[in-house]
Amino acid sequence: MISIQRSNMQTETVDLANLPAQDTALEIRNLDLRYGDKQALFDVSMKIPKKQVTAFIGPSGCGKSTLLRCINRMNDLVDTCKIDGEILLHGQNIYDKKVDVAALRRNVGMVFQRPNPFPKSIYENVVYGLRLQGLNNRRELDEAAERSLRGAAIWDEVKDRLHDNAFGLSGGQQQRLVIARAIAIEPEVLLLDEPTSALDPISTLTIEELITELKEKYTVVIVTHNMQQAARVSDQTAFMYMGELVEYGDTNTIFTTPKKRKTEDYITGRYG
Amino acid sequence: MGKWFKSGSPWIWMTGGAVSISLIAVLGLLLLIAWRGLSYFWPADVYQWELQDQQGNKSTLIGEIYDREEVPTERLISAGHKFNQHPGEFVTRYLVKTGNREFVGLDFRWILATDIVSRSTPADVAKFERTKNGNFYGYPIAVIEDGQRLALEGGALETSLIDHINRAVDISDDALALQKSDIGSINYEIERLRLKERKYELENSLTAERKAEIEAAIAKLNQDYLVLEKSLFALRDDAARDSVIIRDMRGEEVTLKLDSILDVNYVNHMSFIGKIGHWFTGLGRFVSHDPREANTEGGVFPAIFGTVFMVMLMAVIVTPFGVVAAIYLHEYAKKGPITKMIRIAVINLAGVPSIVYGVFGLGFFVYMLGGSLDQLFYPEALPAPTFGSPGVIWSALTLAILTLPVVIVSTEEGLSRIPSAVRQGSLALGATKAETLWRIVIPMASPAIMTGLILAVARAAGEVAPLMLVGVVKLAPTLPIDMNFPFVHLERKFMHLGFHIYDVGFQSPNVEAARPLVYATSFLLVSVIVALNLTAISVRNHLREKFRSLEH
Repeated sequence: MISIQRSNMQTETVDLANLPAQDTALEIRNLDLRYGDKQALFDVSMKIPKKQVTAFIGPSGCGKSTLLRCINRMNDLVDTCKIDGEILLHGQNIYDKKVDVAALRRNVGMVFQRPNPFPKSIYENVVYGLRLQGLNNRRELDEAAERSLRGAAIWDEVKDRLHDNAFGLSGGQQQRLVIARAIAIEPEVLLLDEPTSALDPISTLTIEELITELKEKYTVVIVTHNMQQAARVSDQTAFMYMGELVEYGDTNTIFTTPKKRKTEDYITGRYG
Repeated sequence: MGKWFKSGSPWIWMTGGAVSISLIAVLGLLLLIAWRGLSYFWPADVYQWELQDQQGNKSTLIGEIYDREEVPTERLISAGHKFNQHPGEFVTRYLVKTGNREFVGLDFRWILATDIVSRSTPADVAKFERTKNGNFYGYPIAVIEDGQRLALEGGALETSLIDHINRAVDISDDALALQKSDIGSINYEIERLRLKERKYELENSLTAERKAEIEAAIAKLNQDYLVLEKSLFALRDDAARDSVIIRDMRGEEVTLKLDSILDVNYVNHMSFIGKIGHWFTGLGRFVSHDPREANTEGGVFPAIFGTVFMVMLMAVIVTPFGVVAAIYLHEYAKKGPITKMIRIAVINLAGVPSIVYGVFGLGFFVYMLGGSLDQLFYPEALPAPTFGSPGVIWSALTLAILTLPVVIVSTEEGLSRIPSAVRQGSLALGATKAETLWRIVIPMASPAIMTGLILAVARAAGEVAPLMLVGVVKLAPTLPIDMNFPFVHLERKFMHLGFHIYDVGFQSPNVEAARPLVYATSFLLVSVIVALNLTAISVRNHLREKFRSLEH
């Protein structure tokens, strides 16, 4: 009954291995990650293309969320976490000592598994990132709020109650609000960490439609448990298992003719 | 039986019982204090007794019944009492407040029921409240206006007496206001000029010109003072113009000047509504007036003011300090044995006996800090201390240290309850840790901070022991806030309800007269604490409402 329109069905297959620099949003090179003594990522290397949706799939604990959180250095918050390797954004290693983490995160937005609005009004939630940058002009904030809320496909639902508390929204609306908050500061990359796992099917559908729209302007990286979702929304899919990147390629290829045995087993539901 | 035991009912009964006992204890305490304290303001009937003791001596007694008790006859006999006929196993004994202290020596007297011949409640007996020597009971006979005896009787006499007393009270109030504000300001100003002169002297910059200037200013103030003093004396003389002649219980006629009388009441023919009005005026005077006669009469306004002011000052000091400390401990300090030790130390700090804080406050704040401040900024006043003696600021600081652990612990609790998702959400938008703290974490933790503040206020408002060392006094001549520059005088000593209870109850020259005041003051102290807490709780609930449904 649910039919998701696949706008990318006809897009050409991208040659991920030889992706030219101007089409690359992010390049991950030989990334190792340890939590204390336990290694969580093993030598991950991949290129993420610009303005496309890249999905990370894999069983629980395979390191897909960890990899995602490396991209905006959220793993810095974990004291025991140690990272080797590089992630290049505009040819610059984001793990370089000179990099301003706050500036990086302004460029690489993130939406979490559970909606996490701030205990403020809807409006204040959306303009939070802009206020952080010192923007206080009322008109500019109003415009940015409307633009972001429209961009997150929630404007019509909240335009009459912008100054109500954000907790009054439903779970799906909250998640779209959080997406609006993330795109308000106009990042290049948007990381979505299982954005629909806490939502009902209808809200999931709305968010999936939104994701296909978002790739017009942003490079989207999504982590999902749900393989159908990955198949529906993504252009590229990376399959991870036990901290290793097993297979990475065009979504259609991965789901129809996977090269690796493990990928096939996972996709056909033999484990995971 | 075994089944009943297993069903859990005994457990429910036990836990429920424990709750009820606590509830009854608290309510009982409050009711006792409230009843004893508030009934003090109810106008009791004034009785006249005709007494005849066992030797046949007759006497008359006028007064209020204060207390009654049953005494074993044996004890009275062994104490040297002789009874003409044995009155049974117990004798009722009444404690009577007779007033008229300067004429009868003791203004409280025990009388035995066996000595009473008759008791009446004469309608025309009056109770006078006076500025000195307590109440006076007797029959007003005449009013003397400016030396002229007014020939009045009955109701006309009563009205005239009340009018004359009101006039005298109004004039006395004017005189007091003049003395406190205008004359007080002049004295304060003269003292400041004297200190200024001394300061120049110390700096070796007292030129003849400056000296002349200061002396001229002082001379001018002294002139103003003389003028005001003259009008003060005129007012006082005017207040003392009239007097009243009263027949007391000895049957003698006593003349009282009206400037010593605050109020007169014909208690025995007061209507019920009149009594209620009297009760409210009494209560109002109690909370708004200054104490008189070594705190055994009058109101407790300076003590209420001192308590509330000190507690608020303490809250202003402890909140930022405790919150900042908690934020460092919870957000920035590395988790490790040292942090753990600091945390344990903070918690243990709450268990230190409060008098120890008092000793610390006296040694550190008053002598070291205050002493140094005096050396640095007030050398002209030395050897008289300015900040180097106990004062309200040192009391507030001492209590701030005492309540610091409470604020730290509950703030930390609040910080740890904030979901990490919200912090990460803010960080992911490019906020630094400090920005996240300011914009998200601290506002969300504010209800917990308020909880800490509520607990701190509750603890601080009831604390007396350390204050006795660092700032509280029996009688403070001035409030910490007045109209003299710089308006807030943090170095001044202050009065406190808790200390007032101790002082009135145990240090008073007139224990019987003071006893109801102890209850009334206790009730007031509890009310003040409850009021402070309710304010804080309503603020907290407002904040909670604002940040509600964090868990969804």
